[in-house]
Amino acid sequence: MNSLVAQYSRPAFRNEGFSEREQDEFSQITPPLSLRFAMPPIANPSSFLRAVTDDHSNPNCPIKLAHGTTTLAFRFQGGIIVATDSRASAGDWIASQTVKKVIEINNCLLGTMAGGAADCQYWLAYLGMQCRLHELRHKRRISVAAASKILSNLVYSYKGMGLSMGTMCAGVTPQEGPALYYIDSDGTRLAGNLFCVGSGQTFAYGVLDAEYHYDLSEEDALELGRRSILAATHRDAFSGGFINLYHVKEDGWVKHGFNDTNPIFWKTKLEKGEFSNVTSELV
Amino acid sequence: MPRILLNLIVHHLHLSSASKMENLLGLTGKDFTIVAASKAAMRGATILKASDDKTRSLNKNTLMAFSGEAGDTVHFAEFVQANIQLYSMRNDTELGPPAVASFVRGELARSLRSKKPYTVNLLLGGYDPITKKPHLFWLDYLASVAPLPYAAHGYAQYYCLSILDKHHHPDIELEQGLKILRMCTDELQRRLPIDFKGMLVKVIDKDGVREIDWDSSKAVKSA
Repeated sequence: MNSLVAQYSRPAFRNEGFSEREQDEFSQITPPLSLRFAMPPIANPSSFLRAVTDDHSNPNCPIKLAHGTTTLAFRFQGGIIVATDSRASAGDWIASQTVKKVIEINNCLLGTMAGGAADCQYWLAYLGMQCRLHELRHKRRISVAAASKILSNLVYSYKGMGLSMGTMCAGVTPQEGPALYYIDSDGTRLAGNLFCVGSGQTFAYGVLDAEYHYDLSEEDALELGRRSILAATHRDAFSGGFINLYHVKEDGWVKHGFNDTNPIFWKTKLEKGEFSNVTSELV
Repeated sequence: MPRILLNLIVHHLHLSSASKMENLLGLTGKDFTIVAASKAAMRGATILKASDDKTRSLNKNTLMAFSGEAGDTVHFAEFVQANIQLYSMRNDTELGPPAVASFVRGELARSLRSKKPYTVNLLLGGYDPITKKPHLFWLDYLASVAPLPYAAHGYAQYYCLSILDKHHHPDIELEQGLKILRMCTDELQRRLPIDFKGMLVKVIDKDGVREIDWDSSKAVKSA
């Protein structure tokens, strides 16, 4: 009888509170990096994703990812310049001309977005959350190296599942000074002085490499960042819109506007005589 | 633009990605045109020759640089060269650069509709001794032609056009032109993952075509 009662009864309040797995997760000092997303019930999720999203091999693919971008960041004597365009395109379609591709993680840390718009927005916002949690746990701001590593470990845990992102983390901390990291969805993480990411990267590299040196003045550095994005928006069909410009200094980042490329282009052409292959007269 | 239409018609004609590794650059100045071509002749993963000349003089004051399908390139260039020379002999007159460009484009367009079209991209640089004006024409294998102040083929398009957009002006002297070209070739050396063995640089001006000594042995500074 006792065994029968034991079989059909359960302790009171058994279904209240947290499950064992949940308790495990809460008692861990840091939560697991990789969120437990349900995977689609398919043998090979990544090849399925590629089949439905690869615009290049299949122009009729049902999902068009927002892809085209130009973003750049470079270190110089006065800190770090971060600049992006603002176009989001899905296939041949310009989805938006006013995208914020710089995420302000905290007042000393910036992240840039290139690649899949949703992936970037979601995971950089998540990175922002993790950085804030780090700050609360340790009572000091996270280093750029650590922040970038959170992101790189995270995307690496999803490797092969179709994430598409190319990001840069730029920031200044007391322990490392100005630091710049490149992270992409392959799991690559590189520290460096100068990176351009996105479909317009080559055009930005062209202008930036030609005149970049570490001892640039603040004014020249801002202008070079702006001009490099302009070059990319001019030549790359998938970049355009507005130029989003930031300067990361020792006491935090400063925003230098979100400016329409069109008037900047015509001002550059007519006042400096650049873009000499474009005519301003009707032929 | 005719190119857009043609792209639709012959969409299956695609240049191999290997030919993108062949870089052609051209720019005009006050009284000259510079044409530069990378020196590596590549087949697959091999560099067969590190001092390849991807240019032919079509007459005294026009030079054609070519890239594209192996075999097609030199064949087409020399075919055009012979016919331009034949024209001059028959009519006892030199063709100016725009006329040469029209002829070359015509031949490419004719070839495009044949059973086996030439897949060749071209830059045609020239100096017209009569009008005393420099000329540069950009032609692609779909037979579109565009007269431009500066132009490129291959990966040079992606890396150098933005530099030229910023630094080129129509009335520059040769010295300034070469300085801009150096910015371009330095950038290619810095960013391209495969060594293209430097550039062969030629200038076309009132004195005809001449080669310029172009040193690419020095390592370029990288950020």
